[in-house]
This record gives sequence, C-alpha cells and structure tokens, in this order.
Amino acid sequence: MDYLDELENFSIYIIREAYANIKNLGMLWSMGKDSTVLLWLARKAFVGHVPFPLIHIDTHFKIPEMIQYRDRLVREMKLNMLVGANEDALAAKTTFPDGAVDRITCCSLLKTQALTATLNGTGRRLRYDHDTNLYEDEPARDPFNAVIVGIRADEEGSRSKERYFSARDQQSEWGIADQPPEFWNQFKTDFAPGTSIRIHPLLDWTELNIWEYIKRENIPTVSLYYNHGDGKRYRSLGCYPCTFPVESPARNVDEIIAELRVGKFANIAERSGRAQDKDDEGGLETLRRQGYM
Amino acid sequence: VKKNQSDKKAKMTHEKTRQRVNVVFVGHVDHGKSTVLGRLLVDTNSLPKGKLEQVQERCKRSGKPFEYAYLIDALKDEQSQNITIDSARIFFRSQKRDYIIIDAPGHIEFLKNMVTGASHADTAIMVIDAQAGVEENTRRHGYLLWMLGIRKIIVVINKLDLTGFNRKNFDHVVKDFSGFIKNFGIEALCYIPVSAREGDNVVQHSTNIPWYDGMTILEALDSFVALKHSEDRPLRLPVQDIYKFSAYGDDRRIVAGTLSSGKICVGDELAIYPSGKRTRVKTLEAFNTPALNCVAEGRSIGFTMTEQIYIQRGNIVTRVGDTPPNVSTRLRASIFWLGKEPLKVGNSYSLKLGCTKERVKAEAINLVINTSDLSQQDGKDVIRAREVGDVTLRLAHPIAFDLADNFPMTGRFVLIDDYEICGGGIVLEALQDDATELRDEVYLRNEKWIKGTVTPEQRAETFNQRPALIIITGKKGMGRKRLAALLERQLFEDRKVVYYLGIGTVLYGVNADLKKAPLHDNWQENVRRFGEICELFLDAGMILIVTAVELTQADLSILKTVVDTEKITTIWLGKKVTTDLECDMRLDNGDHLEEDAIMIRASLQKQGIIYSP
Repeated sequence: MDYLDELENFSIYIIREAYANIKNLGMLWSMGKDSTVLLWLARKAFVGHVPFPLIHIDTHFKIPEMIQYRDRLVREMKLNMLVGANEDALAAKTTFPDGAVDRITCCSLLKTQALTATLNGTGRRLRYDHDTNLYEDEPARDPFNAVIVGIRADEEGSRSKERYFSARDQQSEWGIADQPPEFWNQFKTDFAPGTSIRIHPLLDWTELNIWEYIKRENIPTVSLYYNHGDGKRYRSLGCYPCTFPVESPARNVDEIIAELRVGKFANIAERSGRAQDKDDEGGLETLRRQGYM
Repeated sequence: VKKNQSDKKAKMTHEKTRQRVNVVFVGHVDHGKSTVLGRLLVDTNSLPKGKLEQVQERCKRSGKPFEYAYLIDALKDEQSQNITIDSARIFFRSQKRDYIIIDAPGHIEFLKNMVTGASHADTAIMVIDAQAGVEENTRRHGYLLWMLGIRKIIVVINKLDLTGFNRKNFDHVVKDFSGFIKNFGIEALCYIPVSAREGDNVVQHSTNIPWYDGMTILEALDSFVALKHSEDRPLRLPVQDIYKFSAYGDDRRIVAGTLSSGKICVGDELAIYPSGKRTRVKTLEAFNTPALNCVAEGRSIGFTMTEQIYIQRGNIVTRVGDTPPNVSTRLRASIFWLGKEPLKVGNSYSLKLGCTKERVKAEAINLVINTSDLSQQDGKDVIRAREVGDVTLRLAHPIAFDLADNFPMTGRFVLIDDYEICGGGIVLEALQDDATELRDEVYLRNEKWIKGTVTPEQRAETFNQRPALIIITGKKGMGRKRLAALLERQLFEDRKVVYYLGIGTVLYGVNADLKKAPLHDNWQENVRRFGEICELFLDAGMILIVTAVELTQADLSILKTVVDTEKITTIWLGKKVTTDLECDMRLDNGDHLEEDAIMIRASLQKQGIIYSP
C-alpha cells in the first residue's frame, strides 16, 4: 500500500466506526474538494451507498456553480440531501455583504449559527425530493447526534489539534485543553446524552493528498478550481464576498498537483485566499471554539 | 523544455511510490521538543511562506525573544503558557519521504495527549536535556512508547550549547537512558548530540561537536525503516459491521472490516470467533475498484459469504488453518490508567477490543508499576492515574482476542468508565474460564460436522421460517409444559416445522447413563447433551420449544456455548424471576396461556423467525 491507500483505508475505518456507533449521523458537504473526497470515501465505506443524510449550510452567498454541482451530484448519486440556512439573518440583512456586520460576525451568523440550528433541529431543513427534483420542507427534524466533517490538520493550527472523534457540549463549544485520549484505533464513541459529536476522517490528509486522490479516483469537482484561460482559479471555495481566486495557470488536476508539489503553492497556505482568517489573529480559532468547522 | 518535462515526469513517478512515516516527539517538559521540531522545519525549509517572519514579528511586537517553539505552538493560549497542551500534527517532507510529526506534550497533566499522539506513530524522537538528564517523564514516556507498540526510537540529547558541547554530559545521559530502556523492549537506533537552538546536528552536521560523526536528526529519520508485516501471517479481520443496504435493489449481505493481519481471498474457508462457525468468501466487495481476488493487511474491505452464518460486530474472522484467536471470559493484561477515579478491584467497566465491546470486571490487581521509575508494588487493590497495573479481567460474555505480542491490533483494548476512555491495555495472557473445555469441544464438533448439500437458506425458504430455540422456564407448576404444548400446536397448525422437547425426555433417554449418580453431580453434562440435541434440531431448520425448571444463567451460558446465541429466546413464566437468569421475556398472565402464546408468536414475528400471515 502506498500512502494514499493508507489514508483511504484508515478514513474508511473511521467512517464505518462512526456509522456503527452513533445514531442520527450526518455528513457535512460544502461541495469543496475536501468534503467531496469525504463523500467519496463514504461511498467506499458503504460499497456504493451513503446511508446517512448529507448536510449543506447554504449562506446564500455561495458561487452559483457550487449549487449547480451540488444538485447534479445529488441526482446522480441519489443522495439524501438536506440544506439549512440562517433565514432570519438573511432576511434582516445582518451580513457582511450587506454592510451590516464584519466578516467574522457574518461567518458566525450564516455558518456557525445556521449549522447549530440545522443540526439540533430548531432551524428549517430542506430535503431534496428525488421524485420532484425540488427541495421540500422537512417536517420531522430529529436532532443530529453527530456529523462527519472534512477538516484537515494541515489547514491551520487549531485543526492540527483535533481528535478523530471530538465531543462538543450542548452549546457546541470545544474544550480544546481537555480532550479525551485516543488509544490506537479506539476512539471515543460513548457520550453522555446531549453531547454533539464531530468526526474527522480527513485529519491526516494534506491538500496535496486530496488532489492526488481526486486524480486517482477520478472524482468530479467544481470547475471553479481550474483556470479557464484568465490565469485565475479558486484554491479554496467559500462565499464569493470573502473568497478570492489565486493567480494560477493550472487548468486540470495534474497541473494542480504539480503546482502543489514543486510549483508556486508548495509553501503557501491553502486558506490564504480566505479573508475571515485574517481579520484578527486567531480569528479562525475563535470561530472554531464556537462550533465553526 | 523537453528535458525539463521529463525531469518533472521522473519526479512524479518517484512521488507515487513515496511512503509516509508518523513520528512522535516526546520527552520531559522543557527539554526542548518544540524547539527541535521548529528548527527541523526551518532548516529543511518546510514552513509555509511567511510563517517564520510572522512569528518573529509577533515576538518583536510583544517584546519577547523569538523561540523556535513558538512556530509550533500556533494557538493563542499555548503561547501564553509556553507549554504544548495537545498533540499537534505537523506535515513535513524530506527529500526522501513524507512525515506526519506529532508534537506530544511533555507536561505530566497532558499525558493523555501524549498517548493520543504516540498511538499512531511508527517511531519516536525522544528529546533529553543534556544538563537535566533523564527525568521522570523521560522514563514515563519511554515506557509508554513501548506499551503503545513502538519498538525503535531516535534519542536526541539537546541543549549541548549550554554544556559547552562537552562529551561528558552526553555520555552520562546515554548510559543512564540505555540502562533504563534495557528493562523492556525498546531499542534506541542512535543517540544524537544536538543544540536545537544553534542548529547543531538537526539538519546540518555540527562543527561544534567534532567528537560525534554519526547521523543528524534528519538523516536518522530518513534511515528509519517502518516495520512491515508479511501477508503470510494468519488472517485477523475484526468485524466492524454487517451491511444490507436494500436501496436500489442491492441484496448483498456484506461483512465489513479492516484486516489487521494477513490476507483474505475469494474462496477462502473462514472460521469466525467466538462461535467458531465456518463459511467461505464468496466475493470481495469494494466501490470504484476492479474486481478483487485478494486483499491484505491494512485494507478496509467488505466480503460476502457462501453460507449465511450468524456473525456480528466484534467477531474476529480468521482462515481455517490459521492460528485461531483466544476465546475466553478471562484475561491478564497490562493496563495504563488515566482515569480521574482509580481503577479498583471489583469495579465494572466497558472494554473495547478490535470492534467488540463488552462489560468487564477487574478481578484482581497482580502488580502495580510506577511508570517513572518502574518500581513495582503488589498487594494493592487500586491503580491510580499514570500508573501501570498487571490486572486480571473477567468479561460478562466470551470474546475473541489475541496476545498483544503476536497480534498487536487484536491484543490491545481500552477501558471505558462513565463515557470516558480511562485506560489502555495490552493482553499478556489468555486465562481459562469455566467454559474453556466445552468451547474447544464445540470448535472440534463444528470442524467435524458432516454437511449435506441442503443449505440453511434453502431450508429456511422451503419451511418459510428461521430455526429458533424457545426456552420456557420458571417455577414448578406455572404451566410451562402446557404452554409449550399449546405453542407447538398453534405453530404446527400454521404449517411450521416445530417440535416440543422437554428436558425430562432427554434425562431418561440420551442421558440415561448419567442417572446412576445424583442429578446435580452431572448437571452440566446433562445440560451440554441437551444443548447438543437442540443444535441438531436447529441445524435441521426447525423451531424447537423446550422447557426446564428454573434455568440459571450458568445453564444458559452452557447452552449458548453449544447453540448459536442469536437463535435462543428465553421466556420466564411467572411473577418473579427466582434465579439469576437474564431472560428475554417474562410472561405473567396467570392461567391465560392463550395470551402467553400470542405474545410469544408476536415476538417470533418481530424477530423474523416466522412471518405475519
């Protein structure tokens, strides 16, 4: 086995452990390359099936291609797709693009709070109906006990300290200084009622590994990752007011891999195109303690 | 241009075969782990662009002198405390290969983070301060590395600049530490004299240390060879789950798991423990791969079986002919305890080993080891946090397991107390329990069982039922036999293949030879034979109803050793269970046996043994 095999097989093991141990499980899918690899690994784990809902928190500021790509894969892979949003904040226009709040507050409202409400069932959920091809209101909203999330340790400092199975308390807060031990392949799978759990199968993957795996498995990705002639592409996807393309000639997966290995991005952090990380020092850490992914 | 492209191509092919090694940095607090690591990253040019400058600038602004350790301690609260509070993963690439480096905390309060960090490591770098020498956590970490399964480590003796790069301190530390690790099974690949702050022997060979001509840290890392097991080792596949996703016409019943040893191929004859039942691999199942014929250790796989035997999460799959795992309710283990409350003799915990989870009681503490100096104490009945104990455990039900020395993955476990993982253990010895002998007899019987060509599935289809053993027990005079006869009659009239067998029938027939001695002398043998007879009826595909007076848990445990546990339903008739039996169902409808029968039939339908008309 090469290192991609090792990463793949261990991630599958983690996903299967989550499914075997935890009821009301979901998987976050942002349509980015990482969570799409995660979705692919779930299909590997369950030999072609995805036996739990995928959850997307729609900030309504996503780049339109991302939504088209989402719905195409939902149909093709027959996915059980749920979408949640902070409708109050969007209606009141308390967002950064509307000029009402700063970037960090906007993230906290449209992502963190929307996620918490979608997961605990207090927020509205839309489910994709494979008969009508429309998103319909989901009447029964059981809280999710756990979500599988595609964060990677190499993204930034606080993510490098995550466990594979991580408990958040009822306020979704993360007690980073007092995390349980993980001996070998035994994860924390026993939880007091009311605990919400994050599962992180991609912790040991790097950005390069993600692209190498996309190539090996031929996984469909959003076209925004590639340069279409203007010398620009997105390296990381988010909301359009806060995510900027990078200068890069890479037109396909091979060229992205070369760029990450030996080219201009070999030593430049992936999230350099994300503005909210820079607003204050440790901004992402503050967000993550409150429940940001 | 062409040459450039072919260079690139060569590099790409080379990249494909790259391996990744996980390395944990350990050592006593303040001995300089993070500094060594920070220096390694800077000198190999591995930091993200601008990171070094950013941290240097931050130090300048806050008036602190720059330290390499700050590079690693990315979190705000860490920088204020100046100690690594958690295991951070750092990705690093040398010319030769990729590394994940885990920076484990040296502070004693964060030992569980060190354990987490070291749990997935292939090797370790142990950092020791040349002046301070071997300290409490140097020894503790060393011993724990061994318990966690690491066998070869690199020892870095740091801060030589503070001792004038002299050899005396270095030699002293080498002697001290090598004397310590000699006591267990850890080998130091090399001892490297280093000044991380000045960069001596981290990546560059030092000119300050002319008396050392060995490897730098980077060279030592690159020369480490990760242990690879042979595929010819016995198969171990802990069953993680059984999948039957009926969506979109999928009718595969797939056993899922990750091979922790050996290999599995289509057509292999398998033995599944603890039951010892046998079947064959029909197909190997995976998504987005060409058809598979064989897969080996480390693969997460699914397989289907030619014969649908009962199998559940936590079972261990092996090949017939391979060394089987141990099966018992008792084992002796070395346990490293991290719980807030001490481990106490007589207390109950949950044990997770492979994919199995079982209630367990601490039967005895044979020895307690202080991990900081390896001093031993016997006669204690508690193990406190950070101590290691040699402990005898008793499980509520038998499980399959290995000795950690032979099969690390299926010989390790954790103990859970009140939702928390409180300790990790390695199995030293499988101990006998009451059923050891009987279990071995059953394995042999399964092996020698002569099979026809009619499969259990074909019987189930033709009879329109699944085989089941319904045990009706309770105090004398509650109507057990009348209920059994009534139930037999009803199922018979429903065209089920059913038979009522009273234990008395067996006592005076098959067991007539045992009647010479008083009944209680031979009671276990009576129950065993009764169980063997039940097994014959079940293999024939029948629903068997049996009655026995006041069945005990010990009786049931014998029956469960002989008969597939999932086929047994126990029913207690009467107000109160008067033995220690944990029954599946208690019925108390007085003389209304008709109602009892309705409830039993409903339960059989619910279990899928019979179908609703």
